[in-house]
Amino acid sequence: MADVLLELKNLKTSFRVKDDYFAAVDDVTLTVNKREVLAVVGESGCGKSALAYSIMKLHTRAQVEGKIEFKGEDIVTATPGRLTQLRGKEMGMIFQDSLSALNPLIKIGDQIAEAIYLHDQKISKSALKARVMELLTQVGIHRAESVYIQYPHQLSGGMRQRVVIAMAIANSPDLLIADEPTTALDVTIQAQILDLIRKLRDDLDAGVILITHDLGVVAEMADRVAVMYAGQIVEIGTVYDVMENPRHPYTRSLLHSMPSAIASKDEKLHVIEGVVPSLPLIPRVGCRFKDRMDWIPESAHEAHPTLKEITPGHFVRCSCYQHFHFPEEGVNA
Amino acid sequence: MIEVKDLKVHFPIRKGFFRRVVGHVKAVDGINLNIEAGKTYGLVGESGSGKTTTGRSIIGLDHVTSGEILFEGQKLDLRKKASRDVQMIFQNPFSSLNPKRQVLDIVAEPLRNFEQLTPAQELERVQELMSIVGLSPESIYKYPHEFSGGQRQRIGIARAIALKPKLIIADEPVSALDVSVQAQVLNFMKEIQKELGLTYLFISHDLSVVRYMCDHIGIMYKGRFVESGTADDIFENPQHIYTKRLLGAIPSTDPRKRDELMANRRKVNAEFEALSKQYFDETGLAYPLKKISSTHAVAMLGEVK
Ligand SMILES: Nc1ncnc2c1ncn2[C@@H]1O[C@H](COP(=O)(O)OP(=O)(O)OP(=O)(O)O)[C@@H](O)[C@H]1O
Ligand SMILES: Nc1ncnc2c1ncn2[C@@H]1O[C@H](COP(=O)(O)OP(=O)(O)OP(=O)(O)O)[C@@H](O)[C@H]1O
Ligand code: SF4
Ligand SMILES: [Mg+2]
Ligand SMILES: [Mg+2]
Repeated sequence: MADVLLELKNLKTSFRVKDDYFAAVDDVTLTVNKREVLAVVGESGCGKSALAYSIMKLHTRAQVEGKIEFKGEDIVTATPGRLTQLRGKEMGMIFQDSLSALNPLIKIGDQIAEAIYLHDQKISKSALKARVMELLTQVGIHRAESVYIQYPHQLSGGMRQRVVIAMAIANSPDLLIADEPTTALDVTIQAQILDLIRKLRDDLDAGVILITHDLGVVAEMADRVAVMYAGQIVEIGTVYDVMENPRHPYTRSLLHSMPSAIASKDEKLHVIEGVVPSLPLIPRVGCRFKDRMDWIPESAHEAHPTLKEITPGHFVRCSCYQHFHFPEEGVNA
Repeated sequence: MIEVKDLKVHFPIRKGFFRRVVGHVKAVDGINLNIEAGKTYGLVGESGSGKTTTGRSIIGLDHVTSGEILFEGQKLDLRKKASRDVQMIFQNPFSSLNPKRQVLDIVAEPLRNFEQLTPAQELERVQELMSIVGLSPESIYKYPHEFSGGQRQRIGIARAIALKPKLIIADEPVSALDVSVQAQVLNFMKEIQKELGLTYLFISHDLSVVRYMCDHIGIMYKGRFVESGTADDIFENPQHIYTKRLLGAIPSTDPRKRDELMANRRKVNAEFEALSKQYFDETGLAYPLKKISSTHAVAMLGEVK
């Protein structure tokens, strides 16, 4: 297993809400290999960003338990100095909220230059400028010269997102965590950014954690997929396991609710009733998804679902899949 | 139902101390569209292509530079800020509702502007609206932050339908939502369209959503249309290279189609570079639309194959 880049074991990240700690990431175990894209999907509030932040230890006031090992190094106990060295250099992150990831008072070009200079103080001024221009062009910004001297608020959301991507890949990281990198972009630019991420993977053997709720992006990019619900991974496997042979009811519901899942305009889209529970309301015993599956009789549910390997590498947190069916789908054994 | 004729919306670009006008952003630069009653017209295009501006100018929020908007054959008074027959659902369910106001006040606002109701009548109307959008009557005393994204978007819809409008302009109504919530809102929009006989102008950059929702589609590029037609014309028989590029960029949900998709994308992009003279003028703008069938029109030079 020489190729393992990142290993998480029983990772648990809890936030303080009122007087108690509640886990937003709960018992997450996974690995990311070199040259591998792992997609993380799930509805809003499932804990995807909390997971990403935990890996880079970016939370300031959270309790993080379990194991995070990056290239064999323990991240949980790493010193702040060491973390600063790793972040932005060996681990790059594209933040979900691009505006807050940029300093409003610093020119775009200078911000990217700073990200490079921070990890390479020997670089010459002209080489630095050239590298920034190259990065801006790579992320599809045509007027690189003029964007260089602009401030974040002068750019559209899509342009800002591309600047954040340029910063994340500036130092050719070994692991790239991309949190909804293309959600704010239109499809043609999205295609361009996805190409860029693929290139990073192919040219530098980088591993990528791609957080998205766009299942089309998942199908196009991922080698493996982890589906999160209420802080836990409920299904994980290869992209073919998860998209072609999904077993967990939540995964199947997500796939069913897409407009492209139905054949005719007159059909209704599948709706998952209810909402993702907020942290204090997540059921901590029994199945966390139960409240949203009222069409299965109580007696049928598994009491304490754990991740079980149903075929090599394909794990599902619910054994009820054997008798699970969608109401409109009929029986599906 | 609604006819937009040669609509232009140009914004002045001002510079310097005296805020002199140094040029114009041609946000919308001569578009035509017709929407039939009870149907959904989709407006698609990249960011900045002028979709929102088109919508805003129809309800009178943006000043129209030139052109005409006819509503049921009548010329819309473009200076009048709002017409009760045309309402808008805004792009972002998180920022479009005033966080400090109760749902009751939010939904009742258009009623207060256009109708003189007693508080009791108003309450009854708002509760009726809540039940139409599938929210409990008690929820009118809550504030927007107490609702999920999908519920907030329903509140926006409740406000938009309060005056029983004929046309609703929905600007990216589901772009900020999860697929599961998106499904809920789209199903619901279709349902009330049938029930209330609504007409939609549906703005989106998500082509799979547009395909599901729309009867007719206009593809915008830098303020102009490059192609318009029925959903089938656009998806089954796209003619303009920009449309082809847009369709080619849609990710497939079938992981086995990856390579095929990327190869097609490369091909379409190469075609886009190679043939751009035939499809765009020297300034990079689209040519006027040419009809190629009774429903389908394309902006290009020369004969259409
Ligand atoms: N700093 C924090 N303090 C307290 N609770 C938090 C904090 N950050 C996140 N949470 C909560 O943790 C849960 C998971 O949040 P997270 O941001 O990881 O969701 P997400 O899956 O990234 O959603 P989205 O798709 O909307 O980005 C949510 O219930 C959220 O409210
Ligand atoms: N009030 C304004 N003043 C000046 N320029 C404007 C104004 N409103 C819009 N624009 C410009 O007009 C163009 C079209 O903008 P519009 O918001 O209509 O695009 P859009 O197609 O809705 O894009 P998006 O998909 O990003 O919402 C853009 O270049 C925008 O910067
Ligand atoms: S245990 Fe029951 S509620 Fe939970 S996922 Fe399985 S079938 Fe659904
Ligand atoms: Mg997030
Ligand atoms: Mg817009």
